[in-house]
Amino acid sequence: MNGPGADSVLLQARGVTKRFPGVVANDDITLEVHRARVHCLLGENGAGKSTLADLFYGVHEPDEGVVELRGEPIHMVSPRDAIAAGIGMVRQHFELVTPMSVLENVVIGTRGEAKVDLRAARERLGELCDLYGVEMDLDTPVGDLAVGQQQWVEILKALYLGCEVLILDEPTAVLTPEGIERLFATLRRMASEGLTIVLITHKLHEVMEISDDVTVLRRGRVVRTSLTSEVTMADLTRMMVGRDVDLAIDVAETSRGDLVLDVSGLDVATESGRGSLKQVSLQVHEREILGIAGVSGNGQDALFDVLVGMSSADGGRILVDAKDVAELSPADRLEIGIASVPADRIHQGLMMDFRISENLILGRQRSGRYRRRGWLNQTSIAKFADESVTDFEIAAPSPAHVTRVLSGGNLQKIVMARELAGQPRLLIVHQPTRGLDIGATEYVRRRLVEERDRGAAILLISEDLDELLNLSSRIAVMFDGRIVGEVDRRDATIDRIGMWMAGVSGVPGEALA
Amino acid sequence: MNDVLEALINVGVLASAIRIATPLLLAALGEMVTERAGILNLGIEGTITVSAFGSFVVADKADSLWLGVVSGVGAGILLSLLMAVLVSSIKVEQVVAGLALNLFGIGMAFYLFRAVYPQTGSEMPRSDTFDHAEIPLLSDIPAVGEVVFSQHWLTYAAIGCCPLLWWTLNRTQFGLELRSVGNNPAACDMRGINVTGMQYLALMFGGLMAGLAGAFLSVFLSGLFFVDVAAGRGWIALAIVIFGNWRIGRILAGSLFFGYLDAYQLSLQARGVDVPHQLLLALPFALTIAALVVNRRRSHEPLHLGVPYFRGER
Repeated sequence: MNGPGADSVLLQARGVTKRFPGVVANDDITLEVHRARVHCLLGENGAGKSTLADLFYGVHEPDEGVVELRGEPIHMVSPRDAIAAGIGMVRQHFELVTPMSVLENVVIGTRGEAKVDLRAARERLGELCDLYGVEMDLDTPVGDLAVGQQQWVEILKALYLGCEVLILDEPTAVLTPEGIERLFATLRRMASEGLTIVLITHKLHEVMEISDDVTVLRRGRVVRTSLTSEVTMADLTRMMVGRDVDLAIDVAETSRGDLVLDVSGLDVATESGRGSLKQVSLQVHEREILGIAGVSGNGQDALFDVLVGMSSADGGRILVDAKDVAELSPADRLEIGIASVPADRIHQGLMMDFRISENLILGRQRSGRYRRRGWLNQTSIAKFADESVTDFEIAAPSPAHVTRVLSGGNLQKIVMARELAGQPRLLIVHQPTRGLDIGATEYVRRRLVEERDRGAAILLISEDLDELLNLSSRIAVMFDGRIVGEVDRRDATIDRIGMWMAGVSGVPGEALA
Repeated sequence: MNDVLEALINVGVLASAIRIATPLLLAALGEMVTERAGILNLGIEGTITVSAFGSFVVADKADSLWLGVVSGVGAGILLSLLMAVLVSSIKVEQVVAGLALNLFGIGMAFYLFRAVYPQTGSEMPRSDTFDHAEIPLLSDIPAVGEVVFSQHWLTYAAIGCCPLLWWTLNRTQFGLELRSVGNNPAACDMRGINVTGMQYLALMFGGLMAGLAGAFLSVFLSGLFFVDVAAGRGWIALAIVIFGNWRIGRILAGSLFFGYLDAYQLSLQARGVDVPHQLLLALPFALTIAALVVNRRRSHEPLHLGVPYFRGER
């Protein structure tokens, strides 16, 4: 494909700089987005992609430089200005009013008559849905929709306002492989009809698959903007991380040992019925990583909670080393060697306003190691904290520092250091690398494999298929609260797992026949 | 025992139940709108007190009941603007700000009262009061006329406010956006809605309504001002909003019911019946807790109630 001419520039950043306390999120960024093309912003977490998008959408104002639309500088102090200028955005974390219907969500913020004209809105929205082949009940409360559907609501919201540029921030994170395909097909169609699309991602193959142009960001700066057709994935990786990396770490086969975790017929009901568990059975052995794949919201949260003791089962058994642990509290389970790394490290894993050293012993404060005659033993806590900070390469001024200031990767290292300290027999990890940069991701994965080799049984719940295929000994797939398939790593393919994730059971060939 | 039963359906008790319900309804409707925009204003008790004083002193000194009402309302809006600056602009913890507003409002009202009326004799200063607005013909109907059609004009206005408010909240763009702000301010912000502006408006409406409630207590009901003029009505209004599950119909019903309980216990006391009236006084709160339990699954509580909104916080 040929490069676009200079006259087709629609959206442009010129020398844009944005600083937050302690960081320069965007540093002198200059880039051009051309009309009716798909332009990817590629970069690691913390590279400044989302900040740049926020500057394009008026969420923040640049400290220096200007944003230009159709060659004219636009000054935006609020998303209202961006909307008026014809810019729409779908953020990574959805901005939906969950108790309200799809229709109402779309109508919010449209400058219409005083009286809401829901009938006219319904008509226009119906046309948009038809145009892009979206099927949706407009009267369902948004909170009742699946995540993939919610994303379409977000896209419809932007289109409804008649935007000319549509910015999507990591839109594929919540989708099945099939859903991603559908989204990309639609985006291509939108671009061919004249819509300009800015897609933010950290996934290389998405860039290759969909974009016309790609801008790589690293540490808040533009590395290069090129035509996608003129670069390779290897080029992009190098630009993105500044060196060659192979995220797939070398995982040697091991022979598994005794059975550690034995779950059978586990039922957990939830109030809404969504995210519940139905007859889940699984086994994890010593020196084995069992990966749990699935689109988010298919029961992974309930599985994690019930295994660590945050919720109780409505039926079935949980055996650890042939002992029933169902009645044990989270603290009791910790005591017998069940450690866990929660998905939401900020809210469930850490006390952000505590010191790093305090977080490193969170939940272990009663153990004899850190307690002396009823008082916390500051000497041994400090010693352990120093060791952990060194051992886990936690980048912090000192263990006495408050936790909040650390980056995501370092936060996760604190949780890992704490959970691995007791050499757990069973380790339950949920989304261990979500939101981490490449360096930290690599580190966390390596640590998990080391734990496996030490002899731990590991249950790895993840939405990152590459991660699961790389680390797991076996992979089980959850859909609608059930395990719909399980496969040995040697026989696992993305296609097969993808089918299961979409709820099609059996072998793909058979299912399609 | 007969007294206890007779008072249940006594015409006077029923009429005063509606009267007593009026300030509860006014304040609760205002608070409901405020909470729909995500702001928990615990300062209504103080706002009512200040407004009662404002109405009283202007009605007395300027000798105009209407000016009294206007200044009571003005005082209520002013105080809620202070709340808005604290919680919506500076983003102070809402519970703390609300409690502070109560202490400030009540203290301020009493201080000004003493400043304007320094004499400490046993004679309390008195203002005029509005007469009951008896509706021609209808008020002549036996019993019903006295109970329903011989109330103050503000009582009619408060009840008339209910359908109007319902329509505004549920059928207008403004109402839709106001409710959205209380559920997900970030989503509204990203759609270009001025979250802070919405919250200011909602708080000011709450102040206006609490102001009317205060005016009702001084220049409609008693013609008096004293420190405890609000007598916990602000808190009951808060309870009514929860009891009513943030819905207008149930708030109206709750106000009337709680008003009735109060009227009933007053009449028992007046008759010298030996029933612990404190129990009846505590009943609204007990019922509110019960309602919370019952509504747990189908709560209409705004999802972002009481949480300050910061753009782009993790």
